[in-house]
Amino acid sequence: MSAVEAIQLRKASASMGGHEVWRDVDLTVRPGEFMAVLGSNGSGKSTLLKAILGLVQTPPGSVQVLGMAAGEANRQIGYLPQRHGFDSSLPIRGVDLVRLGLDGSRWGLPLGLSGASRRHARERVREAIELVGASAYAERGLGQLSGGEQQRILIAQALVRRPRILMLDEPLDSLDLPNQAAITALLRSICRTEKVAVLLVAHDVNPLLPYLDQVIYLAGARALQGAVEDVITGANLSDLYGVEIEVLRTRDGRLVVVGQPEAPHVHGHRHE
Amino acid sequence: MTNPTLSWNLVHDVQELLAYRFMVNALQAGTVVAVMAGAVGWYMVLRRQSFAGHTIAVMSFPGAAGAALAGVPSALGYYLACGVAALAIGRRRGADRGGRSRDSATIGVVQVAGLALGFLFLSLYDGVLEQLETLLFGTFLGIDRAQVITLLAVAVVVLGALAFVGRPLLLASLDPEVARARAVPVGTLDLGFMLLLGVTVAATSQITGALLVFALLVAPPAAAQAITSRPGLGLALSVGFALLITWLGLGVSYFSIYPLGFFVTTFGFSVFLLAKLAGFARARPGVV
Repeated sequence: MSAVEAIQLRKASASMGGHEVWRDVDLTVRPGEFMAVLGSNGSGKSTLLKAILGLVQTPPGSVQVLGMAAGEANRQIGYLPQRHGFDSSLPIRGVDLVRLGLDGSRWGLPLGLSGASRRHARERVREAIELVGASAYAERGLGQLSGGEQQRILIAQALVRRPRILMLDEPLDSLDLPNQAAITALLRSICRTEKVAVLLVAHDVNPLLPYLDQVIYLAGARALQGAVEDVITGANLSDLYGVEIEVLRTRDGRLVVVGQPEAPHVHGHRHE
Repeated sequence: MTNPTLSWNLVHDVQELLAYRFMVNALQAGTVVAVMAGAVGWYMVLRRQSFAGHTIAVMSFPGAAGAALAGVPSALGYYLACGVAALAIGRRRGADRGGRSRDSATIGVVQVAGLALGFLFLSLYDGVLEQLETLLFGTFLGIDRAQVITLLAVAVVVLGALAFVGRPLLLASLDPEVARARAVPVGTLDLGFMLLLGVTVAATSQITGALLVFALLVAPPAAAQAITSRPGLGLALSVGFALLITWLGLGVSYFSIYPLGFFVTTFGFSVFLLAKLAGFARARPGVV
C-alpha cells in the first residue's frame, strides 16, 4: 500500500444554494478505516459525501480522493445515497440492481461482450451478493424485500466494482435494532477483509460504538475528527454549538448528550 | 366494401384480411407502433411517468386538429404538439425535482385547455365534427404507404436511441444519485426520455387516437411488470403484449361493426387483468 490517504480535505469549504455549509474543514480518512460522520440535520453530512464525489463545488485542491481531485476517483467509490425504500411494484430484482452497479453507466447494448466476460460479470455479481449475505433473496423483486434486505442489496451494488472507498448516507435510518447491528457488523467486516475505507453518515453514534475507528463531527459549519471519546466531549460540543452541553457515559458505554440545541442526534435513548 | 364475414376457418379469415391493401397498411403501421409503445412504455411505467405520458397524448389532439386547420399534414401536427408538450414537461421536472404533486394540478388544467382547443380547431376547420371521433379514438382506415414508411423510420430512430441509453437510463431511473456519482448525465437523460416518449405518443396516437394511446403504452408494460421482475424479460413481454393487442384489435374490428378503439382498449384491459391475476396467484401459491 502506498502512503496515499483514501480521503483528504485541507481547508475545504462547501456551499449549497448560496449559503455556506461548512468551511476550513481538515479531515483525513486512511485506507481501510471505519469512520462515522455525525452531526445534526443540516450540518452538511450529505454535502460532505457529495463534495468527496465532486458533485458539490469545493476550492480546487482542497479535496483529494486517493491522491486525485474530487470527482476523478469516483470509479473507486461505492456510494449509497439516502433513500426511502423501493416501490413495491418495481419490476427489478436484487441481482439486476447489483448488475447495474457493475455496468449501469455503460452506453449501448451489451452485444459485443464475449461469453467469458459475461460469465465473469455474472460471477462478480454473485460474489458481491454472497459477501453481503443476500443470496437467498437476490432473485426476488426489490419491492418485496424488507428494508434490511434492500439495504444489503444496495451495499452489494456499491461493492460490486471492488471500490476502495465506501460511502453510505444514513444506511441504518429505517432499520430496526437487530438489523442496524447486523448491517454495521457487516460493513465493519467488509472494511477489514476488503481493505475498504468506510464513511458512514449516521444519526446515532451508539449502535456504531463497538466498531468505529474514528468519528467526524459536523456542527456550526466546522468539523472535528478523532476517536469517539476525544471528539464527543462536553467541551467540544459546547464549543461547536456555542451553548453549554454535557456528555454522559452510561455504564454499558453509551453516550448521552444533555443540553444540545434542537433535536439531539447523539443520545442514549433510541428514536423511532 | 362488402360486409366481411367471419368464418370458422382462421387461415381463410386472415387471408381475406390481408387481401386488402388498407388492411396490410394498418397491420404494418400497428406492428411498428406496438413495438415502439411496448418498449418505451416499459420505461415510462417503471419511471412512474404515466401521467406525463397521458398529458402528451391529450396534447396530440389539438396538434392534429390544428394541423388540419392550417392545411399541413396531420402527422406534422402530432409530432410538433407532442414534442413541445414533452419538452415543456421535461423542463419543468428538471427544474424542481419531487414537485410532482403540485405539478399535476397545472398539467390537469393544461390538458383540459388542450382538449378544448382541439375541439375549437376542428369546428373552425369544417364545422362538421366527423374527424373528432377519429382523432380521439383512432382508426385503421386510410393509413397510406407513406405513413407506414414514416412510422417505420421514426421507430428505428426511437428504438435505436432507447437501446443506446437503455442501461444508464435504467440506473438513472432507479437511483439518480448513484447515476450522477457515476458521471451519468441524469438531467439530459430525463429530458431525452421525455422526448422519446413524446415521439412515441405522437406515432401511437395516429393509430389509436389521442385518448386511447394508453391501451398500447400502459397496459402492456403494466401487465409485463405484474408478471416478471426480470427487466429483459419484462421488456420483451411488454412488446409481445402490445403486438398481441394490436393484431387482435385490428383483426377483430375488421370483422365487426364496432370501432377499433373499443377492441384495442378491451384487449389491453384484458391482458392487464389476466397478468394481474397471474402475478397475484404466483405471489400467493396457496390462494389459487
